Amino acid sequence: MRILLAIFRRAMQALLVVLAVSLMNFTLIRLAPGDPAAVIAGQSGAADEQYLKDLRAEFGLDQPMYVQIAAYYSQLFQFDLGYSYRQKQPVLDLVLERLPNTLLLTMSAFIIALAVGIWSGALAARHRGKWTDFGISSIAMLLYASPIFFTGLMLILVFSVGLGWLPAFGSQTFGENGGFAASFLDRLQYLVLPATTLSLLYAATYMKLTRTSVLEVLRLDFVKTARAKGLPQSRIMNAHVLRNALLPIITVAGMQAGHLVGGAVVVETVFAWPGIGRLAFDALLQRDYPVLMGVFLITSVLVVFFNILTDIGYRLFDPRVEIS
Amino acid sequence: MKKIFIKILGIVGLLLTTLIPQFSVAQERGGRLSMVINPEPATLILGLNLQAPTQTVGGKIYEGLLAFDKSLKPVPSLAKSWAVSDDGLTYTFQLQDDVKWHDGEAFTSADVDFSLGTMLPQTHPIARTTMASIESIETPNADTVVITLKKPFSAFLTALAMNTAPMMPKHIYEGTDYKKNPANATPIGTGPFKFQEWKKGEYIQLVRNEDYWIEGLPYLDEILFRVIPDEAARAIALERGDVQVTSFSDIEYVDIDRFRQSPDFDVTYEGYEFFSPLSWIEINHRKGPLGDKRYRQALMYAIDRDFIADAIWFGSAKAATGPITSTMQFYDPDVSKYALNLAKAEALLEEMGLTKDASGVRNKVKLLCLPYGTTFVRTCEYIKQALSKVGIDVTLETVDRGTWAQKVSNWDYELTLDFIYQLGHPAIGVHRTYVSSNIRNVLFSNTMGYVNEDIDDLFAQATSETDQDRLQEVYSKAQDILVEDVPVSWLVEMKFPTVYRNTVRDLVTTAHGVNGSFADVWIEK
Repeated sequence: MRILLAIFRRAMQALLVVLAVSLMNFTLIRLAPGDPAAVIAGQSGAADEQYLKDLRAEFGLDQPMYVQIAAYYSQLFQFDLGYSYRQKQPVLDLVLERLPNTLLLTMSAFIIALAVGIWSGALAARHRGKWTDFGISSIAMLLYASPIFFTGLMLILVFSVGLGWLPAFGSQTFGENGGFAASFLDRLQYLVLPATTLSLLYAATYMKLTRTSVLEVLRLDFVKTARAKGLPQSRIMNAHVLRNALLPIITVAGMQAGHLVGGAVVVETVFAWPGIGRLAFDALLQRDYPVLMGVFLITSVLVVFFNILTDIGYRLFDPRVEIS
Repeated sequence: MKKIFIKILGIVGLLLTTLIPQFSVAQERGGRLSMVINPEPATLILGLNLQAPTQTVGGKIYEGLLAFDKSLKPVPSLAKSWAVSDDGLTYTFQLQDDVKWHDGEAFTSADVDFSLGTMLPQTHPIARTTMASIESIETPNADTVVITLKKPFSAFLTALAMNTAPMMPKHIYEGTDYKKNPANATPIGTGPFKFQEWKKGEYIQLVRNEDYWIEGLPYLDEILFRVIPDEAARAIALERGDVQVTSFSDIEYVDIDRFRQSPDFDVTYEGYEFFSPLSWIEINHRKGPLGDKRYRQALMYAIDRDFIADAIWFGSAKAATGPITSTMQFYDPDVSKYALNLAKAEALLEEMGLTKDASGVRNKVKLLCLPYGTTFVRTCEYIKQALSKVGIDVTLETVDRGTWAQKVSNWDYELTLDFIYQLGHPAIGVHRTYVSSNIRNVLFSNTMGYVNEDIDDLFAQATSETDQDRLQEVYSKAQDILVEDVPVSWLVEMKFPTVYRNTVRDLVTTAHGVNGSFADVWIEK
């Protein structure tokens, strides 16, 4: 019951945070240089001021800022994210159409990154100062230093162009309709390269963190006690060391889970993956304010949501922590 | 015996050489054509949007009364014939027989009346201006349209193409809010391909219109436009065979030669005649010495346009000579040209009193780079380097597209790079940059603030002149004046490459190129 109450309190706080963030987004986007009407009129090849005026009136940009803000929030409270300037479609539809793709990509990448990062970090710590440690740390440094678009293109060159094993772009084969299993395998094929690309950078971070954290825990007294009791090494690592070493990783991972959603834009571009990162990037170039605001709002909700999840996860791993 | 054998072999060979081409050019029906579309269009409704990707997809769904061949002469499309009265005021069009909209309704003169007289003047960026020339539209029967103009308009036929005035279905749009009509999600045209599905961020699928008004066309079963936002990924997709066609600047120019060398691909620069893109340094005449034509002439002398075309655009461009490109009607090849001449550039600047200081700088200027890809960025860098040789110190400003559009619209720049489409006729695509009545706070108008009454008069004459010879005279005169005045410093005539697998046949047959209908495109199996 206490937990439920605490979660409810956190949810209320989160709502306030999201509202504050959305107000900041609204103001910042409008303070940035660039005029949506000029972009759209320019691209459509129109060269008369009336066309520009009509566009501004259509978008409500001819109204004072406070009227625009009031209109935005009155829409928001009706769960209406507005209408895209450019695509002439409700923003909610645009975002919801793409969100599952981004979640699939980022969550897959997140799981791969955590699994690979924690496993290799623990392995490196166990073999501290040996070749295994050196090898893992070097690869992690290399991955951490490589720009994500470069890693992506290299993986495409090797696995799509060179070996021909995996598709180079898209999220599914066009016209694929061979039932659930076939369609699942088809999507999996398309997911491998982008998810791996996105995961590598984060895997390197988790590896470094796990290594340091495990090394610290290994020095603690209870590990010595466990060794003195004659417990096998694997049990010491899994049951005692890792469980304690994972706390800082949960913190970082929780924060990054939200960022991953917004940060997938490069991978989505390189692999033509139809997610919200790319939707936001295109909207930014076109100054499509409603779409940008919509994506920002959804992203901030996700960040807050993952933070709450992190808090809960913390408590599961370490009962000493209270959810306040 | 041997001689007879050789003779027989020769005859067989001759027969084969005469017969084989006939067999190999027989169009084959069926197949799917995949091509890149970039960026993803905002909408497919050609009556609402004129962006190039909308035209590429929409050009297969919608049609205009006329189409244009590669020399920009009108050819029949939805109008099978037309006649112009001697005074250039009355145009009579006979429509094709048995044309149906994709939903089965008949296409009639009422649709033409609605499109040209009602909808497009409100929604279409170009038709807003061009259709203002119409006095009245009459529809004596379902197949005839008689249009009377207020005064002669030399570009009126050009204003009736698929992109400048697409025919829109009256039964769907009449009396509705055009921009928010739910039917905008499922475009209905008369073209050879029908809209099937649009998966945002992934693909747009069009399928064959079985009831197309030209018997036996189109050949293709379907066209699939793939959305691939990354340049390198597009090249890989083409190489792997995931797509068969790329166009415009889909592939980086540095990569084009690789495809040209490959036995599996063809590269063509044809099919962009209607656009005829021209790039230039736009000069804000309101800013200090930039208002002096000697300064602008010095820019022309100081920049090596052949170098830009060859080394920066890798041959996908040609040095520009003036305001009308060599691919357009009324281009005058005899117009005087500016060859690279640093001494002349320096002399002009010196004459203006811009003398060099101790560090060799005579003037400082800011160049706002055009945020449309790396080629323009490199061009900007070259210009900085080239102008430094004559003592002009250029500061490069880099911004994103939204900011660039706003700065240029607000005349808040000194120099900037820009390019413009000439849209088939100077009266539609060229005048707008130079006439003083079009000095406005919108892109692609006379944002530099150039004023020359002679040019205003000549272009006004050209707009209402219908005699082709006299029109050429007027345009030649205008080109002479503009080249002398240098309102903008022309750089290169851009040549977009269309790269395609050589099994794709008859891809580019008109001035609309990949924006054309693709009714006669076929794939060799």
